[in-house]
Amino acid sequence: MTALTDPAAAPAILPLGLEGLVFAAGGKTLIKGITATLSAGSRSIVLGPNGAGKTLLLRLCHGLILPTGGRIVWKGAAGADPALRQAMVFQRPVMLRRSVAANVDYALRLRDLARADRQQRIEDVLTATGLRRFATQPARLLSVGEQQKLALARAWALRPDVLFLDEPTASLDPAATRAVEEIILRIDAGGTKIIMSTHDLAQARRLANEVLFLHRGRLCEQTPAPVFFTAPRTAEAGYFLEGKLFPQLRRINP
Amino acid sequence: MSDLADAFAAAAMLIWSLDQDLVGIVLLSLRVTLTAMAIAAVIGLPLGGALAVFRFPGRSAILITINALMGLPPVVVGLIVYLMLSRAGPLGALGLLFTPAAMILAQAVLITPIIAALSCQTISGLWEEYREQLQSFAARRGDALATLLWEGRIALLTALLAGFGRASAEVGAVMIVGGNIDHVTRVMTTTIALETSKGNLSLALGLGIILISLAMGVAGGTYALKLAAERQRSA
Ligand SMILES: Nc1ncnc2c1ncn2[C@@H]1O[C@H](COP(=O)(O)OP(=O)(O)OP(=O)(O)O)[C@@H](O)[C@H]1O
Ligand SMILES: [Mg+2]
Repeated sequence: MTALTDPAAAPAILPLGLEGLVFAAGGKTLIKGITATLSAGSRSIVLGPNGAGKTLLLRLCHGLILPTGGRIVWKGAAGADPALRQAMVFQRPVMLRRSVAANVDYALRLRDLARADRQQRIEDVLTATGLRRFATQPARLLSVGEQQKLALARAWALRPDVLFLDEPTASLDPAATRAVEEIILRIDAGGTKIIMSTHDLAQARRLANEVLFLHRGRLCEQTPAPVFFTAPRTAEAGYFLEGKLFPQLRRINP
Repeated sequence: MSDLADAFAAAAMLIWSLDQDLVGIVLLSLRVTLTAMAIAAVIGLPLGGALAVFRFPGRSAILITINALMGLPPVVVGLIVYLMLSRAGPLGALGLLFTPAAMILAQAVLITPIIAALSCQTISGLWEEYREQLQSFAARRGDALATLLWEGRIALLTALLAGFGRASAEVGAVMIVGGNIDHVTRVMTTTIALETSKGNLSLALGLGIILISLAMGVAGGTYALKLAAERQRSA
């Protein structure tokens, strides 16, 4: 799939630096001062229980919401507009009311790509995601799993430096989950940095090179995957790995 | 009682035989209202969409004005357009008063706020749903607006139909700026008003029947669009 990688691409906008990132809303501080560096060449999995702030963190990184404190720095951007070099797959992606192929084309047209180039990319990603036979069908008629694949195809076609994925398999069955994971691995192999949230431990084990563990808006640790899964550095992560509630919560629900 | 029956029979006959006066009046009415609707669409759809997607100073003031204008009585719209087009008015030099163009203008003024308000409502809902996805694609606000107008096309057609319904039903504005001149500016509603007062019930009834059918058609179309939009949303 050489057509899906971009050998002539400019150097990536990475690394991504988070400097004391804070996000507060509704009188509550939801992201509590996160500092980290995310570099190219590895799959970073953002792990944490429900409500830990995973979605917020990804939306902040992607620029969908503005931090109320701290900064996001694309250290390799060097004047390029970082917004044009990233993509995101949402937990519930929005399908435009047009055909499957036109959904991919829509994203490409916004990047001002020539028609022939767009056609080639559409062909490539639809083939690679197994959606080619649906090309002319209305996207909203696809099943949830197929829609998620289309969301991946649409993001992949942009050949981003960074792809954010927010629990992309949360509503999929095991087979569709595996299919989506395989697509993610291929996007990764094409040179796109993967930053993905999940609360599915088994999935994290399958995909992670490094884990960023979030708990109640704090980054507890950023650890290489093999270390994290055998000897997590923080108590919060330990409880999470054992499938237990953090003690403070356990007392409330005996 | 038999007067009424006679009038109905005569009205049916006029429609059945495609009476020339009646057909002329119906065609002029349709031409005026459809043109007004087209003008109101070209202004109202993007205006409503922009009010939904952009935040700018004065936005609230415009929204309030549009909602106020929606409830304006047609005679008042007629009066305002009359003053604009009268010899002494700012557009007096165009010589449009008592022409179909004046009626088109009046109806367009009447229904642009309706179409703008309804499309603002539709596009606001879509914007909430699409916002982050479009932002993620790095779509500029203008691109996003165009996209949403297309995505909401079925619901927006409903807004156009609402505008058409109101324009085709009103009598006050076109009466004032058109003058109800035989064979020039007589439309269905103004003819009904005039002929009824003259006691010529058959033509009035015939046109009334056509207006009722038109209203039924608009209501049916709106209903069908609503079903189609729901199907599209769930699909
Ligand atoms: N705009 C907002 N205003 C107030 N609270 C918010 C807002 N957005 C998110 N939150 C809260 O912030 C917390 C973190 O939300 P977030 O969606 O990031 O969690 P998450 O880790 O993605 O959880 P999940 O695994 O359930 O998706 C939650 O408690 C949520 O209710
Ligand atoms: Mg989430």
